[in-house]
Amino acid sequence: MKVRSRSAKQAWEEDFAAGPTREDGIETSTISGVPLKPLYTSEDLPRREEELPGQFPYTRGIHTSGYRGRLWTMRQFSGFATAEETNRRYKYLLANGQTGLSVAFDMPTLMGQDSDAPTSRGEIGHCGVAIDSLADMETLFDGIPLAEITTSMTINSPAAILLCMYIAVAEEQGVPADRLGGTLQNDILKEFIAQKEFIFPPAPSMRLVVDSIEYCAKEVPTWNTISISGYHIREAGSTAAQELAFTLADGMAYVDACLERGMHIDEFASRLSFFFDAHIDFFEEIAKFRAARRIWARWMRERYGARQDRSWKMRFHTQTAGVSLTAQQPELNIARTAIEALAAVLGGTQSLHTNAMDEVLALPTDKSARIALRTQQLLAYESGVANTIDPLGGSYFVEALTDEMERQAEAYFKRIEEMGGVIPAIEASFFQKEIADSAFRYQQELEQKRRLMVGVNEFTVDDEPPIEILRIDPRLESEQVARVRAVRAKRDQARCSNALSRLRKAATGTDNLMPYILEAVRAYATEGEIMQTMVEVFGTYTEQAVV
Amino acid sequence: MSPTAVRPVRIIVAKVGLDGHDRGVKVVARALRDAGYEVIYTGLRQTPEMVVDAALQEDAQVIGLSIHSGAHMTLFPAVVDELKRRKATDIVVFGGGIIPDDDITALKKQGVAEIFTPGTPLQEIVEWLRKRFPEG
Amino acid sequence: MRALARAISLVERRDPSIRELEESLRDATHPPGVVGFTGAPGTGKSTLVDGLVALLRKEEKSVAVLATDPNSPFTGGAILGDRIRMQRHALDPRVFIRSMGARGHLGGLSLATREAIRLLGAFGFDQVILETVGVGQSELEVAAVADTTVVVLTPNLGDGVQMIKAGILEIADVFVVNKSDIDGHARVAAELRAMLSLAARQAWKPPIVATVASRQEGIEQVWEAVLAHRRHLESSGQGRRLVEERLRDETAEVAAELARQRVRRALADDPGLSERLLEDGTPYRTAEEILDRKR
Repeated sequence: MKVRSRSAKQAWEEDFAAGPTREDGIETSTISGVPLKPLYTSEDLPRREEELPGQFPYTRGIHTSGYRGRLWTMRQFSGFATAEETNRRYKYLLANGQTGLSVAFDMPTLMGQDSDAPTSRGEIGHCGVAIDSLADMETLFDGIPLAEITTSMTINSPAAILLCMYIAVAEEQGVPADRLGGTLQNDILKEFIAQKEFIFPPAPSMRLVVDSIEYCAKEVPTWNTISISGYHIREAGSTAAQELAFTLADGMAYVDACLERGMHIDEFASRLSFFFDAHIDFFEEIAKFRAARRIWARWMRERYGARQDRSWKMRFHTQTAGVSLTAQQPELNIARTAIEALAAVLGGTQSLHTNAMDEVLALPTDKSARIALRTQQLLAYESGVANTIDPLGGSYFVEALTDEMERQAEAYFKRIEEMGGVIPAIEASFFQKEIADSAFRYQQELEQKRRLMVGVNEFTVDDEPPIEILRIDPRLESEQVARVRAVRAKRDQARCSNALSRLRKAATGTDNLMPYILEAVRAYATEGEIMQTMVEVFGTYTEQAVV
Repeated sequence: MSPTAVRPVRIIVAKVGLDGHDRGVKVVARALRDAGYEVIYTGLRQTPEMVVDAALQEDAQVIGLSIHSGAHMTLFPAVVDELKRRKATDIVVFGGGIIPDDDITALKKQGVAEIFTPGTPLQEIVEWLRKRFPEG
Repeated sequence: MRALARAISLVERRDPSIRELEESLRDATHPPGVVGFTGAPGTGKSTLVDGLVALLRKEEKSVAVLATDPNSPFTGGAILGDRIRMQRHALDPRVFIRSMGARGHLGGLSLATREAIRLLGAFGFDQVILETVGVGQSELEVAAVADTTVVVLTPNLGDGVQMIKAGILEIADVFVVNKSDIDGHARVAAELRAMLSLAARQAWKPPIVATVASRQEGIEQVWEAVLAHRRHLESSGQGRRLVEERLRDETAEVAAELARQRVRRALADDPGLSERLLEDGTPYRTAEEILDRKR
């Protein structure tokens, strides 16, 4: 038998070498540059003990029953300009059976600035809702029972403040904090690396993250304290292996910081969640997701000694790659998103956001937003891919590629460790340089047509749709400015300034800041005032930019 | 490279406003360097005043801005106005970002030389600069 | 301010009108104090310089910073990013920050820098800070121009102080060990001291200052050390000697530059000359002939 299959392989090799090769100059490596063989066979299958879903190290999924037990959550992220409008949309969604909400904030809010700050001019309400104080948060969730829904909040530097606002609104509804469910992105390390929405320097930023994790472990135990993100790193131009490695390294840095604080690994590990990109190179993404689960499980159990399986199981949300969408021939984006969503599903994601086709140009229309959601439903109910758990398990190619992803990630972990860890590496601009290099390399490949972007550098058409963007009513800006000023005028000034000075004092010490922030929030201190109080103690961060 | 021969064109490259997505601006900065320009990268969160001040100190001929936040109709004109105020309207302003055609037309009327939208090949930007500054 | 910026551009591209400009500014010139900062990338020089600018501004001094980054020898292009670290001085009219590409010339940087410094003096700046990344010959060029050269090191140097390029230790008038909050800073300082004691040293013993630039700690001590060095230059007479020596060197450099220009022009204009040069196969006769010619 053996002799026969070897000569069959040889025969194939000879035939292949003698056969035609495409002359189009397109790269045959993955989009990240991983070289691919034309064929993978049983010889490429890694030799290991059989892996099964729901069993350590969870390469094939964290749940025994996969999507047979429960489908992934279809969680579409969306954002509107005012708290009122968003509130109306939430009520509509809830009435239509959705149980999970997702909040997008505008730039000034993301950057910890009030709407009346001079640098907020022109930026209010463009990519999400403007929240300046508890008053806006009350409007946002007016009439929405926080005990019965879960909310995801995408915010980083000021995350602790927004979480406190959420808790305060729940209080007003009579809902205790321990009944609250949701996720806070709260991943400051990736801000330094990729998205650049940092305010304070790394050390105090980490302190705040650990404060929030520590606080929630006791007071808000069903809350996902952090969504450790690779999405932004990938969108900034990294390769899949870099996305995988840098995200998991960030995760480990958070774990280290919490352990240093004195928490026990099993106290907080199960509430850490992840967020990945689903890019267009199909198989590479699937391998990436599988490798991610395996690596995290091993590190949690073997390096950190976590004892509960909840602590070993990586849960992640995925979003299809915004950066793969084109403004040209935007209908193609529907196909791209479908391919990417399929990769996420075959990779076993817990929840998924699919982009709308016109998202590169504007806030999606109702129709394109619906198509994006329907794409997921197609996958779930028509394509049959959810019927078998980890259907690509055992594929010579996918298993080999999963191992390769793991190897590349481990190589990065070593380098990061040699640099002294994630924060020294950030300060040495290591990640930023890797990302900038990958981004530039990819751009060159595009310009040389070694990789194609259909509609952009090939297969173009002359007649293109105009770019449409969401026009924010200029009145909105002045209204929001008036609102925040009114809040400042109306509140109990003494209570507010006391709360802020107590926060300031605590910031100079080592207390957990959450209770102090909560008190300031209750006193209607604005987001900007709370951030400024902390800036006075922590300072701000200027990155050493590498181009 | 004879030092007396050619005057390298100096370009200020910056992101104005709160948006931090710098993938595009960095790729463009590199491409401009590879094309022989002296690129002064002033980074994120610049105000119009800071950008113009830098351009003056550096004796730059060009300012390139990247804006993805939707605030382009406020920020580009602010830079043009600041150049007027500092009596430096000879400095050429161009930029990139997610900017609709109507806005591009309006911005050009206000004094922005060119806007490059997503998908523009780097080579096109370089060629535009070369035509604009043939001696550089 | 724009006039100053344009003048510096002229100087950078070695425009012949510089000479007239310098003549006209001669009386206005009062030489500013010049301190140079050099060190490997990532040692925190820009942050240190930023702190120093803040300190000088508190003392109501006007400061100019000349920051150099290397140009690509192939395309001539460069990305100059040092301004980013000095954002807080962005709109201060008494702080002038200028990025200079090294433009690949041998010694050309120091000529342009020296002239820029004179211009800055003429425009009334009290202090000039030179900042350069420690690649190529840039540190030597800085040392040739600055009154005081500060070499910045950090604890994570890999194989220790031995890794530092030859020559760098000789040019330092002050050593700064930055990121002193990291383990290993004491070792770096100790190794430095050991190396210094071995070297045949002159009258000035370079002090070693520990800083944590990111926390603005140690900046005052760095400035103290620079001032102490300046006092030494004054009292020992070395300062005066250096000024003379440097002016002489600069004259030689300028002469060399002029000669270079003459030679190139002559070869370009006179085909007969070029032919003979090719026949000769060596430059010496041709060179002397050109220089002997009347202008």
